[in-house]
Amino acid sequence: MPIKKVLQSEWISRLVDGLLPVFATLAALTVGAVMLLLLKVNPAEAYKALWDGAFGSTNAFAETLVKATPLLLVALGICISFRGDVINIGGEGQMIVGAILATWVGITFTNLPGWVVITLAMLAGFAGGAIWGGIPGILKAYFRVNEILSTVMMNAIAVQLMNFLLRGPMIDPSQARLASKIPQTARLLEAFHLPRLAPTRLHLGALIAVILAVLVYILLWRTTLGYRIRAVGQNPHASRYAGINVPRYVVLALLLSGAFSGLAGATQVYGVNYRMITDGSASGFTGSAGFNGIVAALFGQLHPILSIPASILFGALLVGANSMQRVVQVPSALVTALNGLVVVFVVSSEIWRKRRQRRRLASARDEDGPPERPAERQLHQAGGEA
Amino acid sequence: MISELFSVTVLIGILASGIRLATPYLYAAIGETLGQRSGVLNLGVEGQMLLGAFAAFYVALTTGNLWLGVLTAMIVGALMGLAMAIVTVNLHAEQGISGIGFYLFGLGMSDLLFQKLLGTVETVKGFPPIQIPLLSDIPGLGEIFFSQNLLVYLAYLLVPLSWFLLNRTTLGLKIRSVGENPDAADSLGVSVARIRYFTLIVGGTLSGVAGASLSIALLNVFQQNMTSGLGFIAVALVYFGSWRPVGVLGGALLFSLVNSLQLWIQVLGIPVPSDLAVMMPYVLTILVLVLTVSRVRAPSALTKPFERAD
Repeated sequence: MPIKKVLQSEWISRLVDGLLPVFATLAALTVGAVMLLLLKVNPAEAYKALWDGAFGSTNAFAETLVKATPLLLVALGICISFRGDVINIGGEGQMIVGAILATWVGITFTNLPGWVVITLAMLAGFAGGAIWGGIPGILKAYFRVNEILSTVMMNAIAVQLMNFLLRGPMIDPSQARLASKIPQTARLLEAFHLPRLAPTRLHLGALIAVILAVLVYILLWRTTLGYRIRAVGQNPHASRYAGINVPRYVVLALLLSGAFSGLAGATQVYGVNYRMITDGSASGFTGSAGFNGIVAALFGQLHPILSIPASILFGALLVGANSMQRVVQVPSALVTALNGLVVVFVVSSEIWRKRRQRRRLASARDEDGPPERPAERQLHQAGGEA
Repeated sequence: MISELFSVTVLIGILASGIRLATPYLYAAIGETLGQRSGVLNLGVEGQMLLGAFAAFYVALTTGNLWLGVLTAMIVGALMGLAMAIVTVNLHAEQGISGIGFYLFGLGMSDLLFQKLLGTVETVKGFPPIQIPLLSDIPGLGEIFFSQNLLVYLAYLLVPLSWFLLNRTTLGLKIRSVGENPDAADSLGVSVARIRYFTLIVGGTLSGVAGASLSIALLNVFQQNMTSGLGFIAVALVYFGSWRPVGVLGGALLFSLVNSLQLWIQVLGIPVPSDLAVMMPYVLTILVLVLTVSRVRAPSALTKPFERAD
């Protein structure tokens, strides 16, 4: 095979595949520019404000990383569940329940040393998310309840649970005495705050998230557990014949996925807010990280390592949106809408990646052996797609 | 106080508002039923509803014409449905995920338009209740069933209409066949793409009306994220109702009656924490899903893009 052809068929097309999400983002930003023009705002000015807000200074970049942290943690969970063909949209609820358990640890064990409480709290966050993800997992695996629906319901239940606890059993004792009764917990002791990494708001959670990204990569591609989760995701029937306990891995995929979201909730409390406070809605606490983490994971092609830059990108968009709102008075909701478009464009562009992949397989087969009859090739393709 | 709950006036109040609250669920879930019966899961219902709710509210507020508001909501919903159809039918995109994309788009877009065009929460004079002559005079039943506004009546009319469409017309047969076995339907000359475009556009239109029913017939205000998960529940009700309009009606009624009960418990000051009361309908929905879903099979081609083997 001539080198030229290798370049054309392999490297170039792989490069294009890798760049597809970038093109999708550019397309979304172009639509955004049109919307800005309709709002009579200069797009160049608006996007400059967005860029400066996200990357303009050390503090700005630190804010971007602070926003990216929960996105990355949620995205890691999404990588696991979507690879296992389980659609987890319960990130919001899992974050909330993780945060509740972690906060409970911090306001209960006030006489333990700081590092002990932080460790326990992170584990509690992990466990809280695991419970909230595990329930839909069990419902899907053993009762055939669609996980999209159950995770959505679990989100609504988690919000009410949070509102109930923060207005009652877990309310800040000083608020409980006041007439205002702001629904928030007591503030965590100074010793329990996640250490800062620089003289900015950047905290240890960001480093934990990056380390976990590597661990999730190892989990998915270097362990039996990860292999089985992916196998069940790609072909549950074949997996069952291969002796894999399919329901167990469906539960595990959702449980692990939830655990990472729960950890995201815990790091928000211990690294950013130092207490839980509710405005009655889910996004009031999560900042919609449970949804935006899905966007980041998809953008990173469901790969834990690629999810790191993807999360930074969306963290930057969120931080930049606020500065855009200040500088050119465009509501930051514009960026929510653009995030939605990015998702739509990314999933829509998949078709070209798949087509090229198929063409590559077909041409490789042509090179390797005698041409097959079309019917056989179709069989192969069907097998490859399933 | 608990005993107050069982007085006749309160029971009538609970039933009447339960019937009313089911309206947005009915429009959205019946629309979603059509889409799913043709093999497409539309998770963007919430986004379609939000944009529909805003469009209807804004047009009704500025023109004073409620029907023009409903019409605009229908057009906006239809356009969202069309976009969903292009993405899922032609581009074979993963349906669940593209639905999330459309949800985020609708969420952000309706918020953006609200802040730019209105800025503050305003109220509009929505559809007034219509007393159906004679029937509305029946004690109790009259107040429950025959003193609602027009959008409520139309929502209930949609149930037999969609049942008839799905089970008694050629088009319905085509919709069901495309959802069960697109290859067979295709080989018999049914255009899978055209049917799915049809159901998604009709579904989007109905989601738009669902939003309108919230903003100009039930609550008569528009606020950011005012649907707060209602569209996702509508999708859940389709599973709940086993993809049949009558089942969807049952689910919508159960959900909104429990919701109405929970609201009345708060109105009467019965000492149940309100947050836990709000939780009830969701817990109940999960429980009923556990009990029902395992017995009924989803349309075979649901979430699978169709590609002609050539």
